[in-house]
Amino acid sequence: MSEIPNYLRFGYITPEELFSIIPKPSEDRLRKRPVAVPECPQQIPCTPCKEICPTNAVIMEHPNDIPKVDYEKCIGCSLCVQVCPGLAFFMIHYVGDRARITMPHELLPLPKPGEEVVLLDRVGEKVGKGKVVSVVPREKARGDTPIITVEVPIELAWDVRAVKVVRE
Amino acid sequence: MRINEHPILSFKRGREITIYYKGRPIKAYEGETIAAALHAAGIKVLNYSRVRKRPRGLFCAIGKCSSCLMTVNGIPNVRTCITLAEDGMKIEENKPVLPKDIGYKENRKAEKVQADIIVIGGGPAGLMAAINAHDAGAKVVLIDENPMLGGQLVKQTHKFFGKREQFAGIRGIKIAEILEEEVRKRDINVYLETSAVGIFQNGNEKLVVGVRKEKELIEFHGRAVIVATGAMEKTVPFENNDLPGIYGAGAIQTLMNTYGIKPGGRALIVGAGNVGLILAYQLIQAGVEVKAIVEAMPRIGGYFVHAAKVRRLGVPILTRHTILKAEGKERVERAVIAEIDEKWQPIPGTKKEFEVDLIAIAVGLRPSVELLQQAGCQIKYVRELGGHIAIRDEWMETTVRGIFVAGDTAGIEEATTAMLEGKIAGIAAALRLGIADENWIGEIEKAQRDLEEFRSGPFGKHVVEGIKKLLEALQ
Repeated sequence: MSEIPNYLRFGYITPEELFSIIPKPSEDRLRKRPVAVPECPQQIPCTPCKEICPTNAVIMEHPNDIPKVDYEKCIGCSLCVQVCPGLAFFMIHYVGDRARITMPHELLPLPKPGEEVVLLDRVGEKVGKGKVVSVVPREKARGDTPIITVEVPIELAWDVRAVKVVRE
Repeated sequence: MRINEHPILSFKRGREITIYYKGRPIKAYEGETIAAALHAAGIKVLNYSRVRKRPRGLFCAIGKCSSCLMTVNGIPNVRTCITLAEDGMKIEENKPVLPKDIGYKENRKAEKVQADIIVIGGGPAGLMAAINAHDAGAKVVLIDENPMLGGQLVKQTHKFFGKREQFAGIRGIKIAEILEEEVRKRDINVYLETSAVGIFQNGNEKLVVGVRKEKELIEFHGRAVIVATGAMEKTVPFENNDLPGIYGAGAIQTLMNTYGIKPGGRALIVGAGNVGLILAYQLIQAGVEVKAIVEAMPRIGGYFVHAAKVRRLGVPILTRHTILKAEGKERVERAVIAEIDEKWQPIPGTKKEFEVDLIAIAVGLRPSVELLQQAGCQIKYVRELGGHIAIRDEWMETTVRGIFVAGDTAGIEEATTAMLEGKIAGIAAALRLGIADENWIGEIEKAQRDLEEFRSGPFGKHVVEGIKKLLEALQ
């Protein structure tokens, strides 16, 4: 029996594991504009990201291939984040000493732009606080999934993958 | 407790009505099942076992098990999970004795319904079978024992995988609406709340005996039958696994996503396949705390992306762990789990307790083949497809000519493949009856190619193996 990858033993993938499967966008590219990064390491029959991409930046020859993004072609439009059935696409953008992460948020309450939220990493640990920059509500999203963009310290760009809205 | 706010769903409830549980008035809504209304009122013990007097609650919530049988308006053994609440209904614990006089007239004649093709089951497979058989020129009747069409789609709030032409990226609940609309705009005769209880044959004539609302006999006459009766949740042995508060995963989805009823406050999930993982996410969306997902296998069985979704919200996924027992008097109060070794034995010192009022069993499904078996179709045990399966050919026709199968009944898979199989079975049945012209063969071939493509990855491998066994058995 082949070795079981860690992400299938524990249910989360580390950046090292992820980037051994897909390439990491360059620092230059991350600074230029938002770029979509798929965290989808398994061969599953699924193609909405590829089908919706307006610039054909999602590379997948067979429906069972894992999606890889041509980061130069990606215009950072976030349609893949909105449509992905696995909620597995994220967009990252380096802005000064901050990183902006775009992610799905299918929970209540939906944060408001400007709101401070608790940042969660891939195991649900609180790793800090961040500010919500923009929100696309469900009604306006192409895939019926609300997406939010949150600004975090740049060193957390590859850790934060969910937020918790705490209101008194 | 009823859910009022939800990130994905909005619950449209019908008119408020009153039902009586052991004489006590209970608020219910039209369109809600009896079991759902009782749950919303906090009544989770529906019965007591006959000998040991152990409490019994809901388990499958789709009419497949006997856990929710109650006496309703004097009629015993009513499946309260699929029977709609009606104003003034009297609900009691099940008294399994034949009622002497509940006002039926004697010698009532059964209603007779004539069609070319009878489709049993209104889930993704049955709906697609009915639509395609109709479009291929057949007169179709569709029957389902549930009060609504859609099968298990009506509780699938997650977006589907696959290609967009096969509804990928669309939530299952929405797909149910789309398919129902397609059926309604066609001349397809739909019978809801109608259970198929037997298939009989006279030459090429097929008779499906149906019972509507537990009391009205209907004869469906046709020349072909498509059986798309779905599947039934499996369970696992552990101490007290019959306590109320322990449900098949699908039952929790039904309560929470279809009827908007919060099934509990704190949950443990057994099984990290797609169903268990998806359920964990849906529980969080409904405001339920998920303590952990335990999985006996050394790896997560479902799609990693589903696991990642709940892991990043803080839910531990414990592979190589199992549930040892549930504790509680009238209902679940606690779950005890432990790590297991390579021989599946609990490792001493690894026991953990969780205070939970909800345990979801998500350990797989087995096909509902009873009707096919009764009709004389040849059955084979195929582990890769979930258990006993009717042997069938590439057109989904069983060993009894004119009886077809599709969806989970034909082997446990995805809703996407169920829809493709339904399409094949619907067209194939119309072709076999000489109704459809040969151009329709191209449509079957296209669906077959789509199936092959969908199953070509690592997740489809075992299904392909299983189907090979079925086709070999035909030789």
